[in-house]
Amino acid sequence: MSAPGHLPRLLRGVSADRRMSHEDHEREHGRLPVPDRASASGLIDEVELAGLRGRGGADFPTAIKLRSVREAGRGAIVVANGAEGEPCSTKDRLLLESTPHLVLDGAALAAAAVGAREALVCVPEDNDAALRSVAASIEERPRETRSAARLRLRPVPHRFIAGEESALVNHLNGGPIKPTLVPPRPFERGVDRRPTLVSNVETLAHLALIARHGGDWFRGLGTAAQPGSALITLSGAVARAGVYEIALGMRLVDVVETAGGLTERVGGVLVGGYFGSWIAPGELSAITFDDLGLSRFGAALGAGAFFLLPATACGVSETARVIAYLARESAGQCGPCTHGLAAIADAWWRVAAGRGDGRDTERVARWCAQVRGRGACHHPDGAVRLLASALTAFAGEVDLHTVEGRCSAQQHHPVLPIPVPPAEVSAA
Amino acid sequence: MSARLRVDPIACEAHGLCAELFPERIRLDDWGYPIIDPDPIDADLIDHARRAVAACPRVALILDEDEPGAH
Repeated sequence: MSAPGHLPRLLRGVSADRRMSHEDHEREHGRLPVPDRASASGLIDEVELAGLRGRGGADFPTAIKLRSVREAGRGAIVVANGAEGEPCSTKDRLLLESTPHLVLDGAALAAAAVGAREALVCVPEDNDAALRSVAASIEERPRETRSAARLRLRPVPHRFIAGEESALVNHLNGGPIKPTLVPPRPFERGVDRRPTLVSNVETLAHLALIARHGGDWFRGLGTAAQPGSALITLSGAVARAGVYEIALGMRLVDVVETAGGLTERVGGVLVGGYFGSWIAPGELSAITFDDLGLSRFGAALGAGAFFLLPATACGVSETARVIAYLARESAGQCGPCTHGLAAIADAWWRVAAGRGDGRDTERVARWCAQVRGRGACHHPDGAVRLLASALTAFAGEVDLHTVEGRCSAQQHHPVLPIPVPPAEVSAA
Repeated sequence: MSARLRVDPIACEAHGLCAELFPERIRLDDWGYPIIDPDPIDADLIDHARRAVAACPRVALILDEDEPGAH
């Protein structure tokens, strides 16, 4: 058994290019206590003691979610959310490809805890390695762990919005992968109108370890407000980009050190992915992996994606590319998001290209205020949060673009990953 | 009794009748979609709110009215 306060936890025995078999999994983590209904409420108590919160970006207390579904009535179902639409995040993918039995243990435990007979494991349909890994792992699970709940693989479209709870449920119900008006929330009426627990695959993987070692063990790492470890995806100007398991509260610069250090000077840090916030480079050493620390910068961990922008790149242009991407990825259902993000993206392109002026920045500010909170989901809110943070973190550069029409960046090769729209893929 | 207006942003198609009928609490954004004042609606304005709700061709405007003593 792994000692408390010791890393790695989830990534024990993991290597990126290999799937851990069930045998490997039990050798690293020990046998899973067979999940049943009797032990289920005990597990929810342990999760509450652990203080585990959702690791898909919403940071909601997992014990409350489990209880809500358990109490919502009969016929519950579990959805293991591995859709991971965030382009800067690959942590869910690593779990599904390399240590899938932790996720499956967690899904089976969650099913027992809420009284579900079935758990759907959602994997991006374009990720063959993850699809194969999950399919093979479901197949090889021993009979006694299988009997508790039936695990099924569900390929889902790989879109930014796919991980949004209500969009995922809508898709699993045969509808488009687009959000629905909530309430009712999935825990009240979700897949097949049943009470539905939608939980991120990393959250479920933590559940698998809490069931083995207990809530006190989980709290042996992390902060009082955010206990435990978490997976983060580190990329950009760092020697070894990739997924790292950190104790919540750790400093970014220490993890960068572990990752081989910076490859060049940094011009800004994107915290929390494309719904996240830019932090100015002067604050680099003050960035910690916890929401209390990050709240000083108006930022949050989100799904744990961190991008170190090289100082030679242009933060204004990079933000323009992301906003254009988010506008394109709008589900196109709500007017303020459809029209607002498109208008904001156009105006910000002009600014980034040095063709914008004070009227564009005024319009952008007005439109950002207008679209915030006016979608059925939080898509417009995330986009305008990112833009607002860019206005602060790159204030000098924004002025240079709008007042003098120029940019101090030394290169204009795009650095942030932007997925190619599906239409262009099929045309290729 | 307290009442609050909200809109179903998926159903709304920016017909704009609500803002014409209830300008005290509803204004339109730059694309014609309603921005709704979140404050509770007092008894003197409740009929205006109900009229706006009834006029929406998309049934996208919702008036949540609490029964007295429900909360």
